[in-house]
Amino acid sequence: MPLLKLDSVSRDFDVSRPWLNRVIEHEPRRLLRAVDRVSFEVTKGETLALVGESGCGKSTVARLIVGLHAPSEGRLEFHGRRMQMIFQDPYASLNPRWRVRRIIEEPMMFLDQKRDVGELLRQVGLSPDDAERYPHEFSGGQRQRISIARALAGEPDLLICDEPTSALDVSVQAQILNLMAELQERLGLTYVFISHNLAVVSLIADRVGVMYLGRLVEIASAKDLFSRPRHPYTRMLIDAVPDLEMSGKSRTPVAGEVPNPLSPPPGCAFHPRCPHANERCRVEAPKFLNGVACHAVEERRI
Amino acid sequence: MWDHDLAWSFRRSPVTMMAAALTLICVGAAFFSPWLAPQNPFDAAALDLNAAFKPPAWVEGGERAFLLGTDNQGRDILSTIMHGARISLAVGLASVALALVLGVSLGLLSGYLGGRLDAFLMRVADVQLSFPAILIALLIDGVARVALPSERHDEIAIPVLILSIGLAGWVHYARTVRGSTMVEREKEYVQAARVIGRRPLAIMLSHVLPNVMGPVLVLATINIGTAIITEATLSFLGVGVPATQPSLGTLIRVGNEFLLSGEWWITVFPGAALVILVLSVNLLGDWLRDALNPRLR
Amino acid sequence: MILEIDRLKVQFPTRRGTLTAVDDISFSIAPGEVLGVVGESGAGKSITGMAVIGLLEPPGHIAAGEVRLEGRRIDNLPHEALRRIRGRRIGVIFQDPLTSLNPLYTIGQQLEETILTHLPMSSTQARERALSLLREVGIPAPEARYGNYPHHFSGGMRQRVVIALALAAEPRLLIADEPTTALDVSIQAQIIALIKRLAAERGAAVMLITHDMGVIAETAHRVAVMYAGRIAEIGPVRDVIHAPRHPYTVGLMGSIPKVGTHQSRLMQIEGSMPRLNAIPPGCAFNPRCPKRFERCGVERPGLLDAGTSRAACWLHAAP
Repeated sequence: MPLLKLDSVSRDFDVSRPWLNRVIEHEPRRLLRAVDRVSFEVTKGETLALVGESGCGKSTVARLIVGLHAPSEGRLEFHGRRMQMIFQDPYASLNPRWRVRRIIEEPMMFLDQKRDVGELLRQVGLSPDDAERYPHEFSGGQRQRISIARALAGEPDLLICDEPTSALDVSVQAQILNLMAELQERLGLTYVFISHNLAVVSLIADRVGVMYLGRLVEIASAKDLFSRPRHPYTRMLIDAVPDLEMSGKSRTPVAGEVPNPLSPPPGCAFHPRCPHANERCRVEAPKFLNGVACHAVEERRI
Repeated sequence: MWDHDLAWSFRRSPVTMMAAALTLICVGAAFFSPWLAPQNPFDAAALDLNAAFKPPAWVEGGERAFLLGTDNQGRDILSTIMHGARISLAVGLASVALALVLGVSLGLLSGYLGGRLDAFLMRVADVQLSFPAILIALLIDGVARVALPSERHDEIAIPVLILSIGLAGWVHYARTVRGSTMVEREKEYVQAARVIGRRPLAIMLSHVLPNVMGPVLVLATINIGTAIITEATLSFLGVGVPATQPSLGTLIRVGNEFLLSGEWWITVFPGAALVILVLSVNLLGDWLRDALNPRLR
Repeated sequence: MILEIDRLKVQFPTRRGTLTAVDDISFSIAPGEVLGVVGESGAGKSITGMAVIGLLEPPGHIAAGEVRLEGRRIDNLPHEALRRIRGRRIGVIFQDPLTSLNPLYTIGQQLEETILTHLPMSSTQARERALSLLREVGIPAPEARYGNYPHHFSGGMRQRVVIALALAAEPRLLIADEPTTALDVSIQAQIIALIKRLAAERGAAVMLITHDMGVIAETAHRVAVMYAGRIAEIGPVRDVIHAPRHPYTVGLMGSIPKVGTHQSRLMQIEGSMPRLNAIPPGCAFNPRCPKRFERCGVERPGLLDAGTSRAACWLHAAP
């Protein structure tokens, strides 16, 4: 049985203009569909990554899983006991007025057996003395460690990580990613890892889901996704990653830009930018089959 | 680190240090007036009508015993100022405390919960803001006078005064706190608390409140000056404190009648005392706002 | 050489003493060349860029050294003269396209204003030139979009407009400070290619400041790696990336995850970059360096020859 299951989950946001304006100007309500019928499962012990560019809905999915938003449609099933979350901004994710000790103790309020704060700090590579300090005394990387300690204090089965290293320098990122991998091994954690950085994802993920404009367009094992990407958008994303090896491979830069999520293109959301789009793509939204949502793949055209 | 920077900023500004010293003197003199004042001006038995209208000690005809002169009933002006300042300060501080508690609570609820509650409270605030604070205080005061029997007026006068000035002033706190709350609510540490499972009330009080209090304290310090002036105005108009417990405003009113007949000291000294008190509190508030500002940015 | 930086030192006097944000760095950029200046936060790369254009935030100031543009010193020019050079001979692209453009003016107005400030021509000619610039940077149907305001454009399009603005007066030097950091990865690739092409066509020198090694790999000819206000290593991009000579660069390259390679753990450098008020004596990197020896903690190394690159590391001292 999967630890987490999403079944056709959608989330709409009401971005209508204020009531008075709408009445006077005869405007209808405007709904932004940030997440559109997303379904996937997460097995215990694995790391599932969700990647995509800005506006693709991956952060909204994270918030839906953890309960910060309620789904507008669809169902979420969680078969574990507790979930915790790690956020992107190390400067805004800790209360500046609280000491570290209080920050880490907070999740333990709901547990019968409290853990030792000093021990948790040691687990994440900090010293027990740090418990008496305030967040502003720490660097970005250290604050993320505190966030991780706080999440671990709640003894979660599932850890949702929303771009936890995007705001960190590359060498600090390496430390945090290594720490997270080590903790997963030691404590048997399951991660849902949100990121826009494909390189990071290729390092830590077992399975990867690619999102575009609120829809899940492909999901596969990390190995398969990076060696044999099927969806045209996945291929373009991988292609767009700057080539550090400088193998000199020729790249076709991606055409166009992500359209306005308020008025997504009809049919397949990616069709205006897709080199393989045909008439059906412009009209009919592709169904999710075998881990990919693409007419061209279904019709064996690519 | 906070306190260190604040202290450094404090020491660098002579104006602020002087203002703080003055405030301390005024507050000290007012608070300790029963023990410090040369005379108890409210004790009718101790008054001697022969000592009425004495000018200040350094003017011809004055006496050392009555340093700043006496009024029409022989009361020592200095003692009256000290006792009056005590009442003015008490009313000022209490009404600010009331406005603060009310405003901060409503602002927190409004900012955090949003929706209809927020819309309703803000409309109420808008309506109230379209009236001058003095009018609102007058209104509440008037209603109390009508509602309560006249024997109890003197007893109730000061609490009603505090209530009316306090209710007239909650809006600014509410709006400031609401704005900051709406910003903090979106921050990730608040979302983390929600994920952890804390209730909204617990989050508002333990997470958001400490982070939005900064500007409130600055507002409060400055408002103490305004509250004292409002009280003085109301007392001047005759609808503030009862005549048996005159505040600085009452003294100014009483002295006003004698201004043109030559006994200038009866109104000038209470007036000067009021100005010094409010000015030094305001200067302190100014400094506090600027000193805290880089932190808030 | 279009740009020459000679022993530049930038300092900030503070209440608690003087901080040295950039400590004695030197490099030069030839026409048509893209030099990447890479480093983590606090390394001093943005401050170097600001020092060149003369936009250091006071009390920061150039404490020593020279900045020369096409042979002439510009660091000691009075404000007015420097302002004229900025825009005319130096073009700047900042990170955030949203704040680089004035939201109250159309992009056409902003382009024309820049052009007319620096080049003698009529407003009709300026408009023509603005339109051709927009075409060059890849804005489709520029005539139609000429009267649009910045908020009508998406992030990537805005950055293209910013690039057009930077090129408007035909500068000899282009300084790009994190030009792609705020953009999506697919747009990043487009912008990188654009900057590279435009610079090559015009023979302008480009100083590309970024923390992203991948962007450097794709765009730059040479790269300078900065650490704690100093240059740790400088050399041709291929060599610095594939055969780094400075232990910091080695650690940096090892900590960058790469798509496709199946590593289980990244190389990690212990500790963190020292704060400006706590830079260790000798080599700034020595407390974290796995190869350190005694001399490293005592004497600060200059840039020493190490094959095709130069590295500030005693490992390369001539025997």
